[in-house]
Amino acid sequence: MENLSRDLFDTMIEGFALNEVQPLAASIDEEERFPSETVEKMAKIGLMGITAPVELGGAGGDERMYVRAVEVLSKYCATTGVILSAHTSLCLTPILRFGSDAQKQKYIPQLACGKLGAFGLTEPNAGTDAGNQQSTAVKTEGGYILNGSKLFITNAGYADIYVVFAMTDKSKRTKGITAFILEKDFKGFSIGKKEKKMGIRGSATCELIFENVFVPEENRLGAEGEGFKIAMSTLDGGRIGIAAQALGIAEGALDESVKYVKERKQFGKPLSALQNTQFTIADCKTRVEAAKLLVYQAADAFELQAKDVSVKAAMAKLYAAETAMYVTTKAVQMHGGYGYTREYPVERMMRDAKITEIYEGTSEVQKLVISGALLK
Amino acid sequence: MKIIVCIKQVPDTTEIKIDPVTNTLKRDGVPSIINPDDKAALEAALVLKEKFDAHVTVLCMGPPQAEKALGEAFAMGADRTILLSGREFAGADTLATSRTLAAAIRNLEYDIIIGGRQAIDGDTAQVGPQLAEHLGLPQVTYATDISYKKGVFTVVRQMEDRLQTVEVEGPLLVTVLSAMNKPRYMNVGRIVKVQKPEVWGVADIEIPPEHLGLKGSPTKVAATFTKSYNTDKKVIEVDAASAADLIIETLKAKHLIKE
Repeated sequence: MENLSRDLFDTMIEGFALNEVQPLAASIDEEERFPSETVEKMAKIGLMGITAPVELGGAGGDERMYVRAVEVLSKYCATTGVILSAHTSLCLTPILRFGSDAQKQKYIPQLACGKLGAFGLTEPNAGTDAGNQQSTAVKTEGGYILNGSKLFITNAGYADIYVVFAMTDKSKRTKGITAFILEKDFKGFSIGKKEKKMGIRGSATCELIFENVFVPEENRLGAEGEGFKIAMSTLDGGRIGIAAQALGIAEGALDESVKYVKERKQFGKPLSALQNTQFTIADCKTRVEAAKLLVYQAADAFELQAKDVSVKAAMAKLYAAETAMYVTTKAVQMHGGYGYTREYPVERMMRDAKITEIYEGTSEVQKLVISGALLK
Repeated sequence: MKIIVCIKQVPDTTEIKIDPVTNTLKRDGVPSIINPDDKAALEAALVLKEKFDAHVTVLCMGPPQAEKALGEAFAMGADRTILLSGREFAGADTLATSRTLAAAIRNLEYDIIIGGRQAIDGDTAQVGPQLAEHLGLPQVTYATDISYKKGVFTVVRQMEDRLQTVEVEGPLLVTVLSAMNKPRYMNVGRIVKVQKPEVWGVADIEIPPEHLGLKGSPTKVAATFTKSYNTDKKVIEVDAASAADLIIETLKAKHLIKE
């Protein structure tokens, strides 16, 4: 891609995040309100289909551009970052990579133009142990009958299109898992309880319930038994999106801290004149830059579908999430008592940061992926 | 309908700092943007484009870096972008600039030319009106709204204390205020396939060499300085209630308010 395009995209996304996203960040957190109006605005300028091809209504951009979008949005509002990340990495991308032509023709233009996407893999008893799926899909004439439930589903209730997983053959364990595309209006498909979360409180996280949902054959994503493979590949992309979110949160907290320590005076001088502050800021900045390189490297690997993308995605996610926790905790500390209040955004950023160490594979899972590739 | 929009790339600050030693603008580290009034002009053109299927050409005179401003114009929806660039154009004041722009515009077709009222780095508001004079066009300045019906443009002007509505047949030139609209964001798809501007040099336009750049610029800057405020002041510490009385008394004493 032309450098000019990257430069223009950075200008655009920074302006959009500052003017349209930041003003809502505190209130949607406080009110636990999903910012539908932001999704509409993002769709209007092409942000909901960054990586989708132009002929399917997308912008024809690349993974790096998408990662920059999640990063910059998350700098001001991690809720908005994860809405875009779940939509793009977990719904649009698997349909693009594993969908039939007909599925792509039907769903990608909708997703690129404002219909929201979501992904349902996690279940009450299948979190890190994602292979232990209890939801079932039984073959019937012209399709499948789905039963079961999903937990902690981002964008649930606001999404129109869901990529979900269920067992078509329990005896085959992970090789018996199959992926499906569900529309929100499918009969028997409903949204359960909404979680009350510590952070990313504007993002909707709910249960999905399948009660004898008939899914037509043409909505099976990939072949029967390919679901686990699709889920793992999708999560590689998802992890890069969340790594970008974590990176953005860290950058936001660092920006806030730099501003604050220059203004706040104690002992007759700004906090920035104290060496402890200087060292903390230096540590934060160095980690942010290291995380950034890992995240962009992973994005490029995902774009090229490189062999080692899983490891690169895992390292990016692990390190960026730890950086988000590190920087936001230091940011609150540098803000002192004010940092603990909701008057300053670092309090929210610290709560938002924690989830990046948990969802789309915990930090522990990332370590298993990274060491597994070395020690096999 | 064919529209030409003239834009300028300026440093992104309304409070430009002046280097106290050299008395020149400090531009280091200040990102460049499309001048706000000009961006409103572009938005106004894009609104007309949507309504009347118009073709929008954006013209900018500037150094090669101004390619970004024109890239932004393309990504917002402009059809064609032209960068007037060359060493000969450097150092131009408003007269040399408007003459150069006029020479370029003579190579183009148009029904309306839209530009910003003034640039935030110069605040002269001269280039638009000068351009209209060079091209022999009617001009409507300080516009806050432009509409069109059957060859007639209706333009609302922001006067000091009132709005004035004028109807003008094209071709014409309009300068607009940034308050007239909220420019759209660049579209991601257009960013991805952004077209670099056509670059026109001195060979591409017809203009006498003595009208170009520094030597075509009669404006001489005698001095540039930061205004300092050295009015008489007195600090009095009193509580809020008596402060109000004190302020009223002082203003009355200076005959700034009536009894």
